[in-house]
Amino acid sequence: MAEFLQFLFSGLTVGAVYALVALGFTLIYNASGVVNFAQGEFVMLGGMVTVFAAAAGIPLLLAALIAIAAAVAIGLLLHRLAIEPARGASAVTLIIITIGASILLRGLAAIVFDKQFHKLPAFTGDTPIDIMGAAVQPQSFWVLGGTAVVVLALYVFLEHTITGKAVLATAANRLAARLVGINTTTIMALAFGGSAAIGAIAGILVTPITLTSYDVGTLLALKGFAAAMLGGMGNPVGAVVGGLLLGLLEAFGAGYLSSTYKDAFAFLVILIVLFAAPQGLFGRRVVERV
Amino acid sequence: MLEVANLKSAYGRIEVLKGVSIDVKAGEIVALVGSNGAGKTTLLRTLSGVQPATGGEIRFNGQRIDRLPPHQRVQLGITQSPEGRQVFGPLTVEDNLRLGAYRRRDKAIDEDRDRVFTMFPVLAEKRSLLAGGLSGGQQQMLAIGRALMGKPKLLLLDEPSLGLSPLLVDQILDAIVSLKKDGITVLLVEQNASAALAIADRGYVLETGKVAYSGAGSALLADPQVKAAYLGID
Repeated sequence: MAEFLQFLFSGLTVGAVYALVALGFTLIYNASGVVNFAQGEFVMLGGMVTVFAAAAGIPLLLAALIAIAAAVAIGLLLHRLAIEPARGASAVTLIIITIGASILLRGLAAIVFDKQFHKLPAFTGDTPIDIMGAAVQPQSFWVLGGTAVVVLALYVFLEHTITGKAVLATAANRLAARLVGINTTTIMALAFGGSAAIGAIAGILVTPITLTSYDVGTLLALKGFAAAMLGGMGNPVGAVVGGLLLGLLEAFGAGYLSSTYKDAFAFLVILIVLFAAPQGLFGRRVVERV
Repeated sequence: MLEVANLKSAYGRIEVLKGVSIDVKAGEIVALVGSNGAGKTTLLRTLSGVQPATGGEIRFNGQRIDRLPPHQRVQLGITQSPEGRQVFGPLTVEDNLRLGAYRRRDKAIDEDRDRVFTMFPVLAEKRSLLAGGLSGGQQQMLAIGRALMGKPKLLLLDEPSLGLSPLLVDQILDAIVSLKKDGITVLLVEQNASAALAIADRGYVLETGKVAYSGAGSALLADPQVKAAYLGID
């Protein structure tokens, strides 16, 4: 039982991070139809900027806010300089642009920061909390709580503000959105900025547990993508459920089967989803009406 | 109110509008008829700014608007109910209407929504249902209602009767005539040319990207050439 709970908590914690990355994918995908493979780099920036700002003597909370602001600025620049000029290009072209941006950001991070691993202190100490025999890091609760706050905030924004509804409208029907006077370019910029903020928050929350370095983004982006696929691309609820499921799958797989294949589970999930149910758990089946 | 001079537009290298000139005066219903591929929908899209103009001029109340982005044209008072309804399927009827007023900052939005509900009572019944689940006719009413929520001075209607039962067609046409009484100017694109010309003050017949005939609605209806070519009656 203790072992099971241990795996459960570590799975939920890492799953929460995948969920945030998947939400970032979802937001941009909905507003623009682009799968942004630089999403993992926002997570990296969140962690790395916080680490270096904190090392420069800035208090942790302020350092975190600076990191989020930096990630948002880069997200907006990515949209303005790389995505917007290529407007009208095919989805594949845009995806390749984001892969290029991801490589560029990783390279810049290696130069501006360094190639070492870095750690942040846990927000509220390192003394594990005993839950029915399982030792849970206090930081796990920060990750889970932070994820819950982000998900709730995003939900309120999308369902209860007119700008949020404009994002949903743009996702549902771009032509109609433009005809009612929604500036879809602004909405796309908003999605890139928002995704960057969500990614950076994930990076800040998880760095005390998993460490960070200039290249953590690649694997996180792939895992987050797998989570988004599992939940159904474009569905925010699916992104969260997919992220948590993937985290649990990894934790239980690594715990009960073999930790050697921990990272393989995510890719196994992508393959199974693509073969068996390409629309994912919550995705709408694509019906083309003529 | 609207002056279009020598307007051109193209999809890639295929020119669809080859110099269209029309004008719409305040308070009129103007019908735009013509066969498939004549460029009617392209003309409306170019007027709204979602299809770029490659030449010519569009003036709205004297102001050049052919280089303005779509949202600024909505702000000036040009809204459109597009071909194929294009409702926001995953959003509720009420949200669709609210988004029609996206550019507005005044306090009368709820009032105007209630007027749309009075005009199309079935929308009031289904206000909290998803627009994607409505029937074709209900979606058409929603698309028109959404365009009205933008408080248009000029309303562009693209094929509002397409695919509807004759009863619904009459209901939609009545609604359009009632808009005129509210002081809304209407530019109406229809394949159902005889119905459109019957309620229009004036009409234009578009033929492969150019205006072929123009005149009063009743005159076009009576014109033997227009009749033979576009109305399918002799």
